[in-house]
Amino acid sequence: MSPHRSTGRAPGAQPSSGERAAGHATFMGMPPFPEAAKSAVEDSQMRHNLRLATGTIRGKREAVVSELDDWPDLRQAGKAIKDRTLRHLDTYLEQLEEAVTAAGGTVHWAADADEANEIVTGLVQATGESDVVKVKSMATQEIELNEALAQAGITAYETDLAELIVQLSDDLPSHILVPAIHRNRAEIREIFRDRMASWGVPAPEELSDDPRALAEAARVHLRERFLNTKVAISGANFAVADTGSMVVLESEGNGRMCLTLPQTLISVVGIEKIVPTWSDLEVFLQLLPRSSTGERMNPYTSTWTGVTPGDGPQEFHVVLLDNGRTDVLADTVGRQALRCIRCSACLNTCPVYERTGGHAYGSVYPGPIGAILTPQLRGTASETEASLPYASSLCGACYEVCPVAIDIPEVLVHLREEVVARPGHRAEKAAMGAAGWLLNGEHRLDTAQRAASAARSLVPRRMPGPASAWTDTRDIPEVPEESFRSWWRREGAAEAPEHTGDGGDEDAQEGGRR
Amino acid sequence: MSGSRERVLARVRAALADVPRDEAPQDVAVPRDYSPAHDRGEAAELLVDRLEDYKALVHRTSPEGLAGDIARALARRGTHRVAAPADAPADWFGSTEVEVVRDGGLDIAGLDGMDGVVTGCAAAIAETGTIVLDAGEAQGRRALTLIPDYHLCVVRGDQIVAGVPQALPRLDPRRPLTWISGPSATSDIELDRVEGVHGPRTLEVMIVD
Ligand code: SF4
Repeated sequence: MSPHRSTGRAPGAQPSSGERAAGHATFMGMPPFPEAAKSAVEDSQMRHNLRLATGTIRGKREAVVSELDDWPDLRQAGKAIKDRTLRHLDTYLEQLEEAVTAAGGTVHWAADADEANEIVTGLVQATGESDVVKVKSMATQEIELNEALAQAGITAYETDLAELIVQLSDDLPSHILVPAIHRNRAEIREIFRDRMASWGVPAPEELSDDPRALAEAARVHLRERFLNTKVAISGANFAVADTGSMVVLESEGNGRMCLTLPQTLISVVGIEKIVPTWSDLEVFLQLLPRSSTGERMNPYTSTWTGVTPGDGPQEFHVVLLDNGRTDVLADTVGRQALRCIRCSACLNTCPVYERTGGHAYGSVYPGPIGAILTPQLRGTASETEASLPYASSLCGACYEVCPVAIDIPEVLVHLREEVVARPGHRAEKAAMGAAGWLLNGEHRLDTAQRAASAARSLVPRRMPGPASAWTDTRDIPEVPEESFRSWWRREGAAEAPEHTGDGGDEDAQEGGRR
Repeated sequence: MSGSRERVLARVRAALADVPRDEAPQDVAVPRDYSPAHDRGEAAELLVDRLEDYKALVHRTSPEGLAGDIARALARRGTHRVAAPADAPADWFGSTEVEVVRDGGLDIAGLDGMDGVVTGCAAAIAETGTIVLDAGEAQGRRALTLIPDYHLCVVRGDQIVAGVPQALPRLDPRRPLTWISGPSATSDIELDRVEGVHGPRTLEVMIVD
């Protein structure tokens, strides 16, 4: 009998495609940040996993960054190259299109998610295939491509280990780089044992929770898939305008498999992924691996230009995706968010992210970058997006680690101004909700230094528009930094949503860790 | 081409209304004060150190000693049949007993049946412990170095550069490039690095100088 019965969402179970799509986890309709954060903070297992992971990765990053005495120069160059690209994006897009086309690739343009999904679905259908392998790509998560493909009866298999874990457990990614950062080894073993069989090769009977054994199980599970699937879908870390080259950085080799073995390759690439010239990669191939995984170089980087006869896919399509990016571009303060190279250093350093995890941000872009990107991509009309600019203490740690020097606090303040300027908006509610959540628990922001920064900056010196009354009457600028917490207890607690107290376990962990 | 080309481009142009019409891309200054390489001693030595850090097996050898070292490595590994690009030098295999299958369009199953692959490279970067393949001389197509579980790579001394900025001018972007820094690895489980997922799980490097 088919082992597929047990789970309704596995590909072999053959539910109607509509059902399958409906079953996928989705970020849409998530509760606004304060609520989502509150429930995440109560999940102590997740918090523990997350703290361990972000701490480790921070240490590795610091070690390899401090190794390069010209890091500030690389950062300046990275920032400037991206600024040049963004200020002349139309020129570079046309240049890229010409170069890709000349190299035998086909360029498609998608104004929004629906159009991108339609284009990709059509391209897959034209091959006659109903299975595709995927290498981790934020752009395709953003447009919910897997769900769109499922509607058309096409199954997308995620091949990155973390994405596989997320897909098998019907979960949502919680970190840009390590999407399953919220899962520990025991949980991963359970997921593999329970779910692998319904997606393909089952996990071995006696699977242990040793990371080595888990990685081996993933290798065996995906091997046949790689060797037999005819269509692959990827993103790109960079698209080089002058040569038409695409660049994908990865670790496991699943990217190489997807980029090399299938006959057709479709890359979905945000329009901001461009760098002008081939030699510009000398900056980003130093900035990105050190900032993201904390390695001098990631195990594998693939670059390809159009098609190469006799080597790799013989059909190559790139889908250039707007989906709100031009709205970000139009905002001269917010534009800098498009410099982002998705390294995730800002997540790993953020005290708020460390407490809430990625899911609270209600989007595929979590952490500080998500707090500025999501409201710009989607607008601030809904409560989730309106609350995101408040999901920060403005401590500035994200700016310091950002390899392309995005001034995230500056954009956050700018977006808060936008939120409060909206007619009839619940700015006060958004602010109070987020601030209350951040500060009510004794240990939420865990160092005095961070609390001090928060006091300086949690509330902009003067909020414009309707909220000015709120700030004015409460004399924010005069509050001494040290007494912010007591001020908050007096002034804020009554209005902020109720909180369950922090569990004793957190106190114990704090004590034990420092 | 399909989709909303004109619409997207028009939106981009509208979004950039603040950029002066006569500003050219080059007018946006890009300071390039970073170093072409960081002074960390002899390049080959540094490459060895970095590769070992990634858990690759590394040997330094001479042109005379190479064939013997390759033979010993293949024997140690217990290989019976290894693949090699059609144009790999014959003298690399002068001492080995192992069957060497020259790639003349092996299919995927054929590659999957190999115990390993022996290739050269296009360049190596000492600082980052990176070997770059460009599907050129003695390297073969990409699948060749991807499917077998063991990759033995020969690096000539003159192919080694110190830093990333020195490597890019040596590489032709029109070729498909694979930058390899150690064996495949994952840190997706509690950020514990595990060597060996989908790509070759063992990388062995012979530096010839
Ligand atoms: S905003 Fe900066 S630090 Fe954060 S992911 Fe993007 S590039 Fe990295």
